[in-house]
Amino acid sequence: MSDKLKGKERLDRQIIALRVAKEFQDGDVVNLGTGIPMLASNFIPAGREVVFHSENGILGFGQITLPGEGELDVVNAGGQTVQRQPGMSFFGHDESFAMIRGGHIDISVMGAYQVSEKGDLANYMIPERKVGTIGGAMDLAFGAKKLIIAMNHTTKEGKPRIVKKCSYLITAPKCVDLIVTDIAVIAVTKRGLVLKEVAPGWKPKEVQSLTQPKLIVATDCHDIELM
Amino acid sequence: MPINKIVASFDEAVADIEDGAVIMVGGFGTVVSIPTLLLEALDRKGVKNLTTVSNTTGFGADVWRMQGAPFPEDMDILVRNGRIKKAIVSAPVSALYVNNFEKLLRAGKVKIEMVPQGTLAERVRAARAGLGGVYVPVGVGTVMEKGKEKKTIGGREYLLELPIKADFALIHAHKGDRWGNLVYRGTSRTFNPTMAGAAKVTIAEVDEIVELGELDPEVIVTPGVYVDRVVARPKIAPAEEPSEEVETADAQAIESRRRFQAEIEDVIKAAKERGLRHE
Repeated sequence: MSDKLKGKERLDRQIIALRVAKEFQDGDVVNLGTGIPMLASNFIPAGREVVFHSENGILGFGQITLPGEGELDVVNAGGQTVQRQPGMSFFGHDESFAMIRGGHIDISVMGAYQVSEKGDLANYMIPERKVGTIGGAMDLAFGAKKLIIAMNHTTKEGKPRIVKKCSYLITAPKCVDLIVTDIAVIAVTKRGLVLKEVAPGWKPKEVQSLTQPKLIVATDCHDIELM
Repeated sequence: MPINKIVASFDEAVADIEDGAVIMVGGFGTVVSIPTLLLEALDRKGVKNLTTVSNTTGFGADVWRMQGAPFPEDMDILVRNGRIKKAIVSAPVSALYVNNFEKLLRAGKVKIEMVPQGTLAERVRAARAGLGGVYVPVGVGTVMEKGKEKKTIGGREYLLELPIKADFALIHAHKGDRWGNLVYRGTSRTFNPTMAGAAKVTIAEVDEIVELGELDPEVIVTPGVYVDRVVARPKIAPAEEPSEEVETADAQAIESRRRFQAEIEDVIKAAKERGLRHE
């Protein structure tokens, strides 16, 4: 990566989450993974009803509570206490994954180590430790109707995370629909990866230089829009 | 003679679990969902070479003590005391820190079979439901395919996943009666009702034992037929009347929530200032 790009301002975690939240429409059933995806639950505009699902058996919960404020028996999959709200339900594990596998989850958002040109996802083996934790990621990647990945565009060393072929073990093949990063929004399509939005101040060719596969720049490619 | 599945102590409840047994452990990861006191009793018994079936391999009691959990032990008590030979598990390690299980794994002292969480639930459910296996789409085109029969049904590929059978299922519920009927509380349901009845013997650790008939048949989650033993946790002293201290804590909570909302608004404001359109 050139020094010029290294110093260039990128979107922070909160703003990536804010952009992800734009994808949630009224009535959508949404499962959020830990990290940046979970933050998106804080950015649902008033009046929009989004039903959050968490694989530990809870549907229709509210915002993450403050530390010490919630009930230990009302948590999301990351173990964070969440607010009760009308319409919420609890269920066991086989039921929770029947929802996931059976196509009843509209949108799943998770983080990733790598996404390939074809939409293959690698996000369960921790690269530097050579161990992994699969959890519910594989079920969600196979089962959710739409899969959004929220991640940094490059590794700490500045290497592309969007690659021609994943070098890590994959969670699921051809499953990613949309990638929201700290510099771009990219759709995975049959034609290839389409660059739809860039962070303010970023040019499509700069995003391309940090992305391994060839990007198709959308004719209406514009600055990232929120909400 | 009246049916009575209630046993008097945790040690009695696990007395017939022997070395080498296959043990299902209910709950998710958070300690409140786990059969904590059964795990402690099993550890006291000193069994070895267990095969465990669970969602995680534990985070350790210190994490939960910090949260104020009255019964803070989780799977880690079996891990750190070397009781496990093999773990069938979905989330064995943590991305945030190296747990005791990962240390044993690296040292080659424990075996692992990692299973996607939903497949784990369905393999356990298959055992409870008496099925010979289930065809699951999850894992096709990944390393999970290895050694499994693949079948195309209605144009989609599936893997044959076999039932996981166990000798004992240790679960945690909120209330139970002498027939073994159980209800749960909040997100502490998770793997508990899934595992109830999936082993030769199911032992339920409950917060409270109630009279037969007290649980509304419309809301019983686990019918007693799946449960063999019920054992109650010691009662925790009920919370005292809110003191001034609690009121101060409430005021603090309101204040920090206000600050939290303000932070969210700041994020949106900062985004706008950077030229990001937001309505």
